[in-house]
Amino acid sequence: MDNLQSIQDEALALIESADSLAHLDDVRVKFLGKKGLISAQMKTLGQLSAEERPQAGAKINTVRDRVTKVLEARKTTLEIEAETQSLMRDAVDVTMPGRPQEIGGLHPVTRTLDRLNRLFASLGYTVATGPEIEDDWHNFEALNIPSHHPARAMHDTFYFDDGRVLRTHTSPVQIRTMVSEEPPIRIVAPGRVYRCDSDLTHTPMFHQIEGLVVDRDISFADLKGTIITFLNRFFEADLDVRFRPSYFPFTEPSAEVDVQCVMCEGSGCRVCSHTGWLEVMGCGMVHPTVFEQTGVDTSVYTGFAFGMGIERLAMLRYGIGDLRLFYENDLQFLNQFHG
Amino acid sequence: MKASISWLKSLCPTDLSVDEIVSRLTMAGLEVDGVEAAAKPFTHVVVGEVLSVSQHPDADKLNVCEVTDGEATYQVVCGAPNVRAGLKVPFARVGAVIGDDFKIKQANLRGVESNGMLCGADELGLSDERDGLMELPDFFVTGSDFAELLSLPDQVVEVDLTPNRGDCLSITGLARELGVLSQAQVSFVDCDPVDPESDETHDVYLSAPEGCPCYVGRVIENVDVSRPTPVWMVERLRRSGVRSIDAIVDITNYVMLELGQPMHAFDRDQLVGAIDVRMANDGEQLVLLDGKTLTLTNDVLVIADQEKPLALAGIMGGEHSGISEKTTSVFLESAYFNPITIAGKARRYGLHTDASARFERGVDWQLAEHACQRATALLIEICGGTPGPVMITDNEQALPKMRIVELSNARIEQQLKINLSTEAIQQMLEALGFGVEVVDGGFRCAAPSWRFDVSIEQDLIEEIARIYGYNNLPTSLPAQALTMASVPETDTPLMRLKHYLVDQDIQEAITYSFVDPETQAVLGDGIAGIRLANPIASNLAEMRRSLLPGLVEAVRHNVNRQASRVRLFETGQCFVSQGDELDQSERVGIAIYGQSDPLHFSGDRAVDFFDLKGVVEGLCMINGGAELNWEPSQHPALAPGQTASVSLDGKVLGVVGRLHPKLARELDLPKPLFLADLELSPLLCGQVTAFKAISRYPRVLRDLAIVVDDGVAWQQIVDAITGLADARIQSVELFDVYRGTGVPEGRQSLALSLSLQDPEKTLDDTAIQELVDQVVQVLNEQTGAELRG
Repeated sequence: MDNLQSIQDEALALIESADSLAHLDDVRVKFLGKKGLISAQMKTLGQLSAEERPQAGAKINTVRDRVTKVLEARKTTLEIEAETQSLMRDAVDVTMPGRPQEIGGLHPVTRTLDRLNRLFASLGYTVATGPEIEDDWHNFEALNIPSHHPARAMHDTFYFDDGRVLRTHTSPVQIRTMVSEEPPIRIVAPGRVYRCDSDLTHTPMFHQIEGLVVDRDISFADLKGTIITFLNRFFEADLDVRFRPSYFPFTEPSAEVDVQCVMCEGSGCRVCSHTGWLEVMGCGMVHPTVFEQTGVDTSVYTGFAFGMGIERLAMLRYGIGDLRLFYENDLQFLNQFHG
Repeated sequence: MKASISWLKSLCPTDLSVDEIVSRLTMAGLEVDGVEAAAKPFTHVVVGEVLSVSQHPDADKLNVCEVTDGEATYQVVCGAPNVRAGLKVPFARVGAVIGDDFKIKQANLRGVESNGMLCGADELGLSDERDGLMELPDFFVTGSDFAELLSLPDQVVEVDLTPNRGDCLSITGLARELGVLSQAQVSFVDCDPVDPESDETHDVYLSAPEGCPCYVGRVIENVDVSRPTPVWMVERLRRSGVRSIDAIVDITNYVMLELGQPMHAFDRDQLVGAIDVRMANDGEQLVLLDGKTLTLTNDVLVIADQEKPLALAGIMGGEHSGISEKTTSVFLESAYFNPITIAGKARRYGLHTDASARFERGVDWQLAEHACQRATALLIEICGGTPGPVMITDNEQALPKMRIVELSNARIEQQLKINLSTEAIQQMLEALGFGVEVVDGGFRCAAPSWRFDVSIEQDLIEEIARIYGYNNLPTSLPAQALTMASVPETDTPLMRLKHYLVDQDIQEAITYSFVDPETQAVLGDGIAGIRLANPIASNLAEMRRSLLPGLVEAVRHNVNRQASRVRLFETGQCFVSQGDELDQSERVGIAIYGQSDPLHFSGDRAVDFFDLKGVVEGLCMINGGAELNWEPSQHPALAPGQTASVSLDGKVLGVVGRLHPKLARELDLPKPLFLADLELSPLLCGQVTAFKAISRYPRVLRDLAIVVDDGVAWQQIVDAITGLADARIQSVELFDVYRGTGVPEGRQSLALSLSLQDPEKTLDDTAIQELVDQVVQVLNEQTGAELRG
């Protein structure tokens, strides 16, 4: 039986020293294979007496189990080592650039309009839209701008041969809404508008958003409060806002709204022409003639309307200095507005 | 309207600073656009008198003058050609400072001592033109301070008036407002009647009383037109931006600026018979003061004599009957023209005059006679002359009527949320010129004849708000009952679609809605777009029918600027006319160009049809995954074989395809450009999900490789399998396409993966095999497919 002990010792030593799965398998074949040394020991059992046989067999089994277990353990270790080596061979340079997952971006006009829509939605306004090729009635007549009105000259209107026009403002959407809906009305109408004018500070197409509220007992105070709140929310700053009397044919009283310059906080800079103020929008109480044209009962309802240019707000918000960039669609410009 | 502060203050005495005046006018709705000095600042400039002039010994162009300031005599070297003995000129003595830092010192000019400078108007900032010395009238007292004589220093404010405030296109109008805003007592200009000294009259007929209901005329004979316009008047005109022409024209312009009444002076000797204010006859011609010949139409009001039109009423006088140096007898016109008659006419002829700007907005209809008296007084003072009687020809019926507007206290409170005393309101309105009668619960107000913008109660409320100060009015937010908005689940917000496209690495563009007709013709379906009657440029003359022209142009813009990968989308209205109907529905357009992905070391490839198809399929999935139908299609601008018509529920949505390589070459686009142009609204309305029970039994995948002719479309394979209508076939996916070795020429091998699942039991091998066999069989029958061996 000394032989058995030395077989075990040799096997364990060889397992320990096996440095690859192939060597280890050689060891397995040498000792545990069908013709292996331990298997050979089993075959010697036949030469023993029936009394000796179980005890000797048990001893051999113990050695076989021990060797098998150690071998399996060694195999697991070697496998892990082999896999690790293989992984290391395939190691990536984690500092190299990732596979790009770029995203595009919304045009700054869209971003601005979307914010405006959401701000007013929070006050219960819904979004209304209308056609860009309008008829004279919706764009002018119903808004108290008859054909001889001097305000028409100010609009630099694009015409079509059939007398239709490219809408010069988003105000016709007011008209469409009042004609089709009963008060209370709270809408914003964003969209493209057109004026036949093109220079450093004018593009023949631009965007406006129009707001309209019609209800019982709507006052100029409501208009002021709405506008002041809106401007502070939009610019995310506590800015001074002032109202100047102005003139629009479709509102009375009418006002132009100045906000404290967002660039210099009112101290005066190039952007605000050193006045400390930026003119940002027009507004007023809906003119009774407009109500009459659209069938709103003036003895019951009053309302206010406001309108503003989106590009101007976007320019102030993002610090864009040149209006013409908006419609060149240069990626160097657009790419700056991610997401 | 440019107004000199000193002129304004001569009518409205106020101690307010210029800044304060500017602020109050602006905050009352008379926006001041700019303020500038009326002249350079200067000191120590007096009225000097040239006593003698002699030639400089060493310089041909210089003279040596003796000049007095009334106290002493100075030797001054002067180079102006109009210097002469006896002339009175602004004289800057030694020690004077002109402008910011030009100091007058004793100097030596070519060996001759010079003590001071004789000034030209330009040197003092009184003129933009260099025109020798400024010649002063004889009655200026030698030695008097020149700045004081000219009311200097003075500021000029430029008021940007809204079209409703024509009444402020005069110093009087502005002074009236400033008086209310500064609580100053305004002293209006004296327009006392000038008694006639002759019986000379000139007949006037009003043949178009609607256009001209009142015409005031006056004959003034024995006028000396050679007399110069006084310096003070030239100065006031200049500060209002009006050039001095001759004394008579200057006087009419001055009265216009002072009172707001545009006037005209005719050379009476050029008038043939009575004046007739009538509509022009079609085709009649008139040569204007500026030499332009107009051909008139019958909606234009003219001042005519018995022979021909003399002037474009309320806009511009004619050349023939204007004042010339030979004029001795003047016929003054001061009339009221109806704004509606005048509006738009000047613009039609490319004119914009001080007169038309005023008449279009409305000129005080009770002013004509006063203005005529004022002009007569000035004319006689400056040019002499014998005035005839004032002749007023009018038509009561056609004259505007005094407007009475009711104003209720309740309305003021409701609109402005303020509670003002009756006295306060009355005072405000009366200061503005309204006649105010206090009645029960409010006021009855008579609008002044110069306020064309006041006809309803809201107009008066604006006046009160304006004078009270918009910024002093209270603020609130509208009180509203809480309501819950409806949220239709079938509506997909447009922003959702935009965010999806942005997440596909596509940048939003916004292009003009009007496009180049040539580009549209090349990129479109051959139908022209709607043309603008007055486009801003010939390449922006046609309304877009699709988003392709704008997007292609935007891609080109970027490719020309070294961009190698351009991915853009746009949404917006397009304009398609069908007979009398105009379709203005919104579309979505996508353009992708260059590499499929941003540059990476793992490799890249150019975009192909399937990149864009995938984007479009994803776009259509947002509203609930409606099935799109793709069919090979033709489009004049797109490459044959890589163009598809896309439809949804049998309705064509639009087109997806590759820009035709020929066009790409013409547009200098070296790589393939893929374009989509789709109707937007179907993508924004979907369906509410109707849940279907899910199977709890295992799903089996079976792969098949089949060989079909190249001409067989994948859709035919899908349709054939779908046609089996076996609910156990859940889906069929294409996972490989192969042509080449092992597959006969003209055929392709398609590898497809069938997903099989029974809702009620586990599929056994027999059932699976049966299903696969059925698929193979139907494919063979309908597409000639064979299993690949």
